Amino acid sequence: MISCAEAVRRLWEYIDDVVDASERALIETHLARCRRCCGELEFAHELRRTLTDAAQEDVPDDVLRRLRHTLEELER
Amino acid sequence: MDAVCAAEPQSARVERFRDVAREQLPRLYRIARRIVGDEAEDAVQDCLLKGYQSVDQLRDDTAAPAWLVRILVNCCRDRLRRRARSQEDVELDALEEFSLYRTIAYEDPFPYSDSLHLDFLAEFSVDDVRQVLLRLPEHYRIPVVLVYMHGFLAREVAEMLDAPLGTVLSRLHRGRKAFEQQMWRYATEHGLLREGVR
Repeated sequence: MISCAEAVRRLWEYIDDVVDASERALIETHLARCRRCCGELEFAHELRRTLTDAAQEDVPDDVLRRLRHTLEELER
Repeated sequence: MDAVCAAEPQSARVERFRDVAREQLPRLYRIARRIVGDEAEDAVQDCLLKGYQSVDQLRDDTAAPAWLVRILVNCCRDRLRRRARSQEDVELDALEEFSLYRTIAYEDPFPYSDSLHLDFLAEFSVDDVRQVLLRLPEHYRIPVVLVYMHGFLAREVAEMLDAPLGTVLSRLHRGRKAFEQQMWRYATEHGLLREGVR
């Protein structure tokens, strides 16, 4: 069984499903027996979501207009 | 595809570039905002100009969005290098040992909370999160923004940055740690750890 430190180190990759099958199995075995790491997993999920939510942003109309204008101005 | 493109007139290629870039503008701006903050519009302008000057490299429409992001990231890096701002020198001490989860549990900022960790995150507005991101050094911020906020794969980011995959994976790991550490510091500095502050 892997240690807590090893499991926690791979949690984000686990969440993003970029670990291979054997690593996934090791992490899941650990999580099944470790309540603290389950808390870490829940927190990592929320932190990951916090970052994703912060990516969403309306682009101001005037900025978009100026950028489109730049594109149109590029020599045809 | 390459043979077709080789015979493609320059004007048609520029028109294709314009179409792709127009469609990608919002995404390019959002990425630039997270990397260079207030200089985002200028960085996207740089990107459009460089993309136009390199339009000969635009061969495959499906790869065009990633091609544009790669150009944008390099424009952002150029701008960050020119800034030479103190924020790049932000102290990131003992990163490997830092755990936000454990720090929150140990410091217990909200003694009456039964969901301490989630309550900590709830104190951060979207703007707070963006401010924390801007505190990260460029070499951590860029992979974090591209992978965790804009859905690129680490392999794609490695290609964009001309860096080995192992380097990008290591920066992502340390970038996460740095982000967590800066969240705690930001919360401390901005009084987010006092119950009922918002």
